[in-house]
Amino acid sequence: MSNGSGNAVRKPRARYIANAMRAFGDRAEPLVEWTIRLCGWSAILFVFSIFFFIFREAAPIFGELNWLEFFTSTQWQPSSEVHPRYGILALLVGTVSVTTLAMLVAVPLGLGAAVFISEFCTGKLKESLKILIELLAAIPSIVWGFIGYMVLGPIIIKLTGAPVGVNLLNGGLILGLMSVPIIVSVGEDALKAVPDSFREAAVSLGASRWEVVYRVLFPAAKNGLLAAVLLGVGRAIGETMAVLMCTGHAVQIPHSLLDPVRTLTATIASELGESAAGDPHYRVLFVIGLVLFAITFAVNVIADLIVKGVRNEQSR
Amino acid sequence: MVPMMTDLENTTPTYTLQTRDLNLWYGDFQALKDVTVNIKPGIITALIGPSGCGKTTLLRCLNRINERYGNVTTTGEVNILGKNIYDDDVSLSTLRKSVGMVFQRPNPLPISIYENILFGIRSHTRRREYKRQQQDELVELALRDVQLWDEVKDKLRKRATHLTLEQQQKLCIARLLPLKPEVILMDEPCSALDAEGIERIEELIDGLREKYTIVMVTHNMAQARRASHECIFMLMGRIIEHGPTLDIFLKPTQPDTEMYVRGRYG
Ligand SMILES: Nc1ncnc2c1ncn2[C@@H]1O[C@H](COP(=O)(O)OP(=O)(O)O)[C@@H](O)[C@H]1O
Ligand SMILES: [Mg+2]
Repeated sequence: MSNGSGNAVRKPRARYIANAMRAFGDRAEPLVEWTIRLCGWSAILFVFSIFFFIFREAAPIFGELNWLEFFTSTQWQPSSEVHPRYGILALLVGTVSVTTLAMLVAVPLGLGAAVFISEFCTGKLKESLKILIELLAAIPSIVWGFIGYMVLGPIIIKLTGAPVGVNLLNGGLILGLMSVPIIVSVGEDALKAVPDSFREAAVSLGASRWEVVYRVLFPAAKNGLLAAVLLGVGRAIGETMAVLMCTGHAVQIPHSLLDPVRTLTATIASELGESAAGDPHYRVLFVIGLVLFAITFAVNVIADLIVKGVRNEQSR
Repeated sequence: MVPMMTDLENTTPTYTLQTRDLNLWYGDFQALKDVTVNIKPGIITALIGPSGCGKTTLLRCLNRINERYGNVTTTGEVNILGKNIYDDDVSLSTLRKSVGMVFQRPNPLPISIYENILFGIRSHTRRREYKRQQQDELVELALRDVQLWDEVKDKLRKRATHLTLEQQQKLCIARLLPLKPEVILMDEPCSALDAEGIERIEELIDGLREKYTIVMVTHNMAQARRASHECIFMLMGRIIEHGPTLDIFLKPTQPDTEMYVRGRYG
């Protein structure tokens, strides 16, 4: 090396440190390896133990539960003394409709924002927007619930003349806004990962910036954008507190956007406390937990299959 | 436009591409200094010079794709067929239709081979202007022009990014052709290829020569000698010498050119 004098002074010390680290490393390596292994296995362990726990609480009622009624009846009267009924159809429809509405809001908004931040912003504006989105993601769901209840509700009443402001529309909007940040940040990552040479190729053929977005970036980032949307769906299905506060919590199949609805998650959250551990109501709530588990599992598997399908198609 | 017509008549029709006092800065680093060149149609003009002398920069001025970088300032004129492409009324999209570019690394788009060929056309025409059959014909013609048709005719719907590098670069040339460009700019189009690939691409470029004005950056002296008719030698952002390739190599007038072609610069 030509700048040897500077190195010569630093060398003995650097070598000492390097040797020390290597000595430590030699001994620590199995330890590190086992720690990492443990972390990996524990993730699997946690998933299974959560499932097992819910299953254990739910299982004793499997025999008594009228499954047909469970899935096809809209009668949810768990605390009736005479004849308790456990039909979750209305709750299922509630969850699906709120989630669908939320995605109708969140997907265009989230992907639009991701495209804007990634392709149309530079420098300070880009950095500020990214920080803002992160802040948005950090707002606790109870605060979102508050906004829906106190701010959006009155607005909905004023604009539509609906008798109550907490309903499907309110819940869907709030849930949509809550899902936007994750769609934006994952979507932006996906767009950022598209090599600049693709943009350059398209621009050099005369494509406008919009054409670059929908004719090059969307196909190139398909998998990542799909992942962003599905993470948004997952976020929306699992959300509890905000929907509990904003949807009106009425067990019914909604016929318009202004009807109050109730979701699976909100039902568990609001009723678990008042049910006695071990009685049928308590157990049915855990069955609902299993249903939620199954839904999220299905969403993930479908996402995986789609992503893999897309990948196979590309590599043909 | 009246001024454009007179421009057309005033400029000698022997040149398709002329720059006048072109200066370019990246931030406050000046990468091009008073570049004035006249480039003829029907021949291949090579841009040569040591690494970092501004060859790529000059080439990227000619379709204004340099402006993608935010910190670029350009002054001077670039006239293509008598029209200054730095005028305010120039549409970048139309400009890039008539000035195509081939990049150093082949960069087919991550869509099918078929769609790669039609990508430019689709940007410049309304949706239903071309019927299915016309599209098929355009694709076949373009691919035949670059001698790629036989290799890919059975997998037109497959992703273009799975082709070999040589095939990709041919495709990148082919996708310019349906746009009927005046000028084709090439930035070291062979640098990612092996010896045989280089030979075939050079052959292909030579075949295109008559219909287009071709400007090709090259790092490779032997290639400049083999494949070009005129050479422009650049050094530190300036044009040092421009002349017929044989003259540049055999009797250069500038000492710097002589040093370079004898291999004394990097
Ligand atoms: N985007 C850029 N920003 C700043 N400087 C650049 C940029 N691109 C090129 N340069 C500088 O401009 C000079 C010319 O570069 P380039 O045109 O790429 O040279 P060549 O293609 O002849 O090797 C070099 O000194 C390079 O460092
Ligand atoms: Mg270069």
